[in-house]
Amino acid sequence: MSRFVGQSVQRREDPRFLTGQGTYVDDVQLKGMLHAAFLRSDVARGRLVSVNAERAKAHPGVVAVFLSGDINPGALEMRISSAAGSDMPGPPLRPLADSDVRFVGEPIAVVVAENRYLAEDAVDLLEVEYEPQSPLLDDLSAIAEEGVELVHPELGSNVAATMAVPNNDAKELLQSLPYSVSLELSQQRQTHVPMECRGIVVDWLAADNRIEVYASTQNPHEFRLQTAQLLGLPENSVRIISNDVGGGFGQKVYLSRDEMCIILASRLVQSPIKWTEDRRENLLGSNSARRDDILVSMAADDDGRIQAAGLQHFEECGAFPEMGTGGAGVAVAMYFPGPYRVPIVDWSTTSVWSNTVGRQAYRGPWVAETYARERVVDELATQMGMDPLEFRRRNVIQSEDLPHQHPTGPVLTDVSCSQTLEQAAEIIGYDSFRAEQEEARKSGRYKGLGLSLYVEPSAFGFGALGIEAATVRVLPNGTVNVTLGTGNHGQGLETTMAQVVADELGLDFDDVVVRDGDTDSSPYGAGTIGSRSAVIAANAAVNASQEVRLKVLQIAAEMLEASVDDLTIEDSKVRVVGVPDRGVTIREVARTAHNSPEALPSGLPPGLEATARFQAPPVTYSNACHACLLEVDTTTGIVNIERYVVSEDCGNMINPMVVEGQIAGGVAQGIGGALLENMVYDTDGNPLATSFLDYLLPTAADVPDIEYGHIVTESAVPGGYKGMAEGGAIGAPAAVANGVADALRPFGVKIRDLPLTPSYILGLLEPELLDR
Amino acid sequence: MVKIEFEVNGRQRSGDVESRLTLADYLREVCGLTGTHLGCEHGVCGACTVLLDGEAVRSCLLFAVQAEGSSVTTIEGLSNPGELSHIQEAFRAHHGLQCGFCTPGFIVTAHALLSKNPSPTDEEILDGLSGNLCRCTGYQGIVHAVRSVAVQEPSSSVGEER
Repeated sequence: MSRFVGQSVQRREDPRFLTGQGTYVDDVQLKGMLHAAFLRSDVARGRLVSVNAERAKAHPGVVAVFLSGDINPGALEMRISSAAGSDMPGPPLRPLADSDVRFVGEPIAVVVAENRYLAEDAVDLLEVEYEPQSPLLDDLSAIAEEGVELVHPELGSNVAATMAVPNNDAKELLQSLPYSVSLELSQQRQTHVPMECRGIVVDWLAADNRIEVYASTQNPHEFRLQTAQLLGLPENSVRIISNDVGGGFGQKVYLSRDEMCIILASRLVQSPIKWTEDRRENLLGSNSARRDDILVSMAADDDGRIQAAGLQHFEECGAFPEMGTGGAGVAVAMYFPGPYRVPIVDWSTTSVWSNTVGRQAYRGPWVAETYARERVVDELATQMGMDPLEFRRRNVIQSEDLPHQHPTGPVLTDVSCSQTLEQAAEIIGYDSFRAEQEEARKSGRYKGLGLSLYVEPSAFGFGALGIEAATVRVLPNGTVNVTLGTGNHGQGLETTMAQVVADELGLDFDDVVVRDGDTDSSPYGAGTIGSRSAVIAANAAVNASQEVRLKVLQIAAEMLEASVDDLTIEDSKVRVVGVPDRGVTIREVARTAHNSPEALPSGLPPGLEATARFQAPPVTYSNACHACLLEVDTTTGIVNIERYVVSEDCGNMINPMVVEGQIAGGVAQGIGGALLENMVYDTDGNPLATSFLDYLLPTAADVPDIEYGHIVTESAVPGGYKGMAEGGAIGAPAAVANGVADALRPFGVKIRDLPLTPSYILGLLEPELLDR
Repeated sequence: MVKIEFEVNGRQRSGDVESRLTLADYLREVCGLTGTHLGCEHGVCGACTVLLDGEAVRSCLLFAVQAEGSSVTTIEGLSNPGELSHIQEAFRAHHGLQCGFCTPGFIVTAHALLSKNPSPTDEEILDGLSGNLCRCTGYQGIVHAVRSVAVQEPSSSVGEER
């Protein structure tokens, strides 16, 4: 029955991207459109004494210069709305910095001018006086203590959130068992880096008291809700148009304060305004991610079975994170046991404010759990003199263990942790590797093999996030328009969702066109975030298609004088089972539905369309195992990844090509995080990586050919799908770090920090080099 | 203002521009050729790559006035409307793009690479592509696409230059 689902159908959206015909937000031009640029703070923490805008205002082509006193009173509500609840704790928000600044990059003024060049000229003419104070940075446990100065004086503490579930039995076992390892680890700050920076074009339609916003967003309907709340407008007076979006990775989920400033400025000047963020602004002013300090412990019995674990986690949230604290602390603890049977865990997590740019969810926001767990598993195995693969085999959750409840809460049902471990080990040739490694060491070459297993929670089923909607319209000529509440930004939903609908309706793939991103024409949904579209949106599309399908059959039954139960739909035709020459085309059915109400079965309304929703279960788990084979050059400190294998289980795949593309993109980001990317701040709170010369992304030369294995265990949702888009980035940092640790084991070095740059590795090998 | 005259995708363009206007902004704002994208504006990411007299260049690092008298080819000029070049077809077949933002720069770069060296080695392909950044694909499909075109057509020209 399924003709398109399961196939690597080529993508519908590709031809326009390949020929330069995509429409990204900076491509939008409106009549009379003005351009905006921001003045941003050069100081991480301090009093904002004065801003002199006289020279900027006098600059030719400048229309307005707005400071906090102009912009801020217009902002009625800045908190996010539906996804997490607006009552969650968060920092005191403001569009523009007011009497003080709290991170380098915080917006202080908006200049509106006739073009971007003039706007940027005028920014340089603004004169700012600061009274700098010492920023709160870096040492997270020190910032969290009472009595230190505060990032947000209004809140009375630098602790944004904290939770602890102490377990004395675990603590005792970690002390008393013969095999027990404790590691101090840190994960450096990284950032999302969508290739298209943020941007917005705002169009005020004053006569209608209406606003149209062209946005680069993963989540158009949330963007509308936030815009309406910000301005106190009814939601139906706000239209968000999100055409093509050049990547997001979590950075474009909510309406950001910079975008709010442009919306408010546009209302003040009553003209359309465009703001296109440049890369420097993106690196210093767009929220970034990660930055965790972890103390992880694990103990095993004589047979190598894990008996207890401990996790003390600190995360840095910056000054103004998105969505409350922007952190993932409790999720880090909950998912920490992951693919293993870990009987008891002693854990705590603390999120702290600091004078840096805010934290924001980035592909696999809780990755610290996998990094910590997989590192400590390797070190514990090593302490026992056991191969890390064998140690994992003794502890990994087997099919017969399911359902398995972790002591931290999650209940795993349809996962295949052990199968992915075995498949990855087989593909990479684990059995023969140890001999090769030994041989290579004899000639001074240091090869390593790192494994990393994880369980990925996807498609969270709480609140608005758990629901997605689809409208399926069959047009009079028998072709189909589908609109979704998603926010496609590279995932290929125009293709994969058309595969799903075409199969349900028995139509050709080419007869189904899928659109999202225009809030006036698409049903309310929660966007493309959190690996949710394949699980939730696909099933919304299935539900709407099934309603339409039933009506098609009812109309055809009348036309064919047959019973609905005797009909099938194939190749765009409704046929009577067993009578191949009796049938009507979908086109004929559609024309009847729209144009000949008298020919419809009595009581059936005209038209042929349906809107339906799907509500997801609380969480749908996928799982995977990464295996990374690499060599460390101990002269240069360079890590060369030779092979990379991912065995994953995301249930049934709608489009395997798209699935593997998601794995590859995530793995590349994870490799970047392990070896290259580092969003460093100096002791004054200045970000030091504000260009691509300093913030190093992986290039084609840094990412090896990735080899894939697929295991299929169906999930509980119809279709058996599981979300998997974040896993690549979750598994890779640990796989690479374990590979490097394995390669360098003869040197007895301890890996504590990321990224594993050549200088860091040389410093491990020859600590005295660092002192030179 | 400076008077300029040069060819863009086979069409003669002339006009007065500010001397500081970048070639990228000229192509996007004046010519309306928005397929040339700006990903960093400091010459690292390669999204703005165009051909200047057949050479791949970063249009964010050039001023429009520097194109005076030359011939510029943008992504819009690499295939006929409604058609895809061999390179573009290969990117589609090998899933060498996701969000599409870096794609025009990669296509132009691959075109220049394969025009000069129709059968590059794997190392030459990686070297040739390593000046362009992609954040979605992990480069898998991009490298495979270029490899497939290189192997299929070792001697003939690839992509129809117009």
